Amino acid sequence: MATLFGLDYPTLWFLVIGGLFSGYAILDGFDLGAGALHLFFKKEKSRRIALNAVGPVWDGNEVWLVIAGGALFAGFPVVYASLFSGMYIPFMLFLLFLIFRAVSIEFRSKEEMKWWRKMWDISYSVASIALSVLLGVVLGNVLIGIEIGPHGNFQGHWLEFLNPYALLVGVTTLALFSTHGALYLLMKTEGRLYAKLSILARRAIIFFIVTFSLVTLYTLIYIPHLTDRFKDLPWLFVVPVLAFLSIANIPRLISKRRFRDGFIFSAITMSLLLVVVAIELYPVMLLSTVDEAYNITIYNAASSEKSLGIMLTIAAIGTPLVLAYTAFVFWTFRGKVELDETSY
Amino acid sequence: MDVEILSRIQFAFTVAFHYIYPPLSIGLGLIMVALEGQYLRTGNKEYHVLAKFWTKIFALTFGIGVATGIVMEFEFGTNWATYSRYVGDVFGSALAAEGIFAFALESGFLGVLLFGWNRVSPRVHFIATLGVWLGSMFSAVWIVVANSWQQTPAGFHVVGEGLDARAEITDFWAMVFNPSSVERLIHVWLGAFLAGAFLVLSVHAYYLLRNRHVELSKKAFKIALIVATIVSLGQLVAGHASADGVAENQPAKLAALEGHFEANAPADMYLMGWVDKESQQVTGIPIPGGLSFLLHFDFNEPVTGLNAFPIEDQPPALNAIFQFYHFMVAFGMLMIALTLYASFQWWRGKLFEQRWLLWVFVFAVLLPNLANQFGWFAAEMGRQPWVVYGLLRTSDALSASVQANQVLFSLIMFFLIYALLFALFIYMLNKKIKHGPSEDQLLDHRSRHEEMAEAAGKF
Repeated sequence: MATLFGLDYPTLWFLVIGGLFSGYAILDGFDLGAGALHLFFKKEKSRRIALNAVGPVWDGNEVWLVIAGGALFAGFPVVYASLFSGMYIPFMLFLLFLIFRAVSIEFRSKEEMKWWRKMWDISYSVASIALSVLLGVVLGNVLIGIEIGPHGNFQGHWLEFLNPYALLVGVTTLALFSTHGALYLLMKTEGRLYAKLSILARRAIIFFIVTFSLVTLYTLIYIPHLTDRFKDLPWLFVVPVLAFLSIANIPRLISKRRFRDGFIFSAITMSLLLVVVAIELYPVMLLSTVDEAYNITIYNAASSEKSLGIMLTIAAIGTPLVLAYTAFVFWTFRGKVELDETSY
Repeated sequence: MDVEILSRIQFAFTVAFHYIYPPLSIGLGLIMVALEGQYLRTGNKEYHVLAKFWTKIFALTFGIGVATGIVMEFEFGTNWATYSRYVGDVFGSALAAEGIFAFALESGFLGVLLFGWNRVSPRVHFIATLGVWLGSMFSAVWIVVANSWQQTPAGFHVVGEGLDARAEITDFWAMVFNPSSVERLIHVWLGAFLAGAFLVLSVHAYYLLRNRHVELSKKAFKIALIVATIVSLGQLVAGHASADGVAENQPAKLAALEGHFEANAPADMYLMGWVDKESQQVTGIPIPGGLSFLLHFDFNEPVTGLNAFPIEDQPPALNAIFQFYHFMVAFGMLMIALTLYASFQWWRGKLFEQRWLLWVFVFAVLLPNLANQFGWFAAEMGRQPWVVYGLLRTSDALSASVQANQVLFSLIMFFLIYALLFALFIYMLNKKIKHGPSEDQLLDHRSRHEEMAEAAGKF
């Protein structure tokens, strides 16, 4: 089996996908968080500033989901097929809210009428909240496992996805995105909105710490299989420790009003938590609650070595380009938001 | 209704709705690059104003395109799980390349294109516009490559059997340059240029008829007319090459396009007609031996007909395929006639004097858009009963774990959202057109002399 840096191709591609999803969480996470907080801003001008803080970048951020999805499809078609067809209804709802988020941003500013703007404000915020929760629900189900039968086909009922653990992970995701979004907006705003956001950031991080503690407790008590890896390889325990330290650092930075650093640490937290997830799962990608034999792993789900090799080449060429455009756009729109005639 | 038909309707509906927007974005992108290029070259502010105006409309088409585009990516997994498992190894690299090379480029620069007018220099802005346009062109490359692989698979081998069978890539470049991808890509690009150019023609013809933005509109109309004339003629060549390819690679589809039943006989070409599948008769206006001539330059050369294939391998919706194909061709011909006539009038110096012609252009925007839709309907329905031609049947490609009521739910959901989206799109488009280009910034730069002449003219 071909290897690179001592890792086989499926493992490498597993890491690539992990990197893409954490890139998506970090980037679209602040858009979604900003959207989730949107209705807390009461003044028309505040809402416009908040919207224009994500205005030039949300679309590029959403593309990370398209790329991560494409990479999952390409690298692990069996996972893609089983996960998406198994979770048919949640993914359809996800699409519904994704469309509404995009459309709300696009259309809100196009009319002056109060009811018009209010309607799109509500749909923008509801869509952002629902997307955050749904992402967490999918993650929660991946963590506890789903009813996968022969040939990778889901054989349960779709309502099973709304189990307490998955919902709890969903709410935790919402809390983390809200913190992240508030910190992002703090970098882009001034005056009263800024003052309001510093209170919201404080509340959001408390909300996150509470929900995250519950998830951790729930995991330790009810889902022992997720901790096996850490028992086998105790040195890996350093990762969750770092994640906890990173989380603890966020309220400290918020109280010191170092919001930019806080934002960096909420991004680091997301990456570390996804590393924890990856450690817990690897090499399984979809855990079958029916029979271990039906587990979908990176080995029985991966594309051929040839195909993975081609895609690793594509990723190696493409990733620096993507990072360069992303950096260029963020640099162009650096600093506090200024509204002009091209704004939303 | 069963899962298969519901899933097919849902995919057809969502992809057809999506495909209203990308061709407009690609075509408008080309015009915007031309306008900004002209502005950089000549320094004439009018081009700047036009570029800004069309960017606003572009933002609308692009935004809805992005919002509706991700739906199909998801549907591969949700509705067509067996297909995803089958093609993932091959198809995946094209999709991944699309994401990383195309979408990241276009959406990365989009922010600068839309919101960067006051933040970056005109030269950097031009580069951003070019980046967005090239990104949209590349995304067409990879999606057409993927679809062409479904029409004419190449560069792969099949591993496993039955439910676990899947195609594995053996040669990336053979997959990318499969027998139909280049000709179909050019056909798709040109179709997109026409969609954009005819929208520009339509809107500026309307302004000219209403006597608004006259000088700006004449400039934009001429640029778009040049694009539309060259491209509609180019489409004749590209379309012919595409049909030749279908004859060679997908004979059953070609036979369906012209309603040619006899297994091995000279084939007629119909200007219009009606296909009766039961009696195997086409009623209409034929050019006897026309199809034979088009493919082999000989009216008597036999062409493989539908009866050469077992009934289960023939495309089922024969009359619909025939109609979609013939309307596409007819609309293409109309565009050629219209743009050539308008170019001739321009040469005579009488382009803007014929109001009826401008009115025709106002409505002609429907021609390329319908032709794009109909062409894809003919191509995709003509590929049936296969989802991957000759390898995987559509009926075998479904998700085993999805039930009909779930698909019915999502189909109704998409129908409702897209109805709302389309209404908003038309409303916003109309509003932006009514508002028109902001000529305020031109005033400061106009010479005093002109202003005085204008003021004098008012008295």
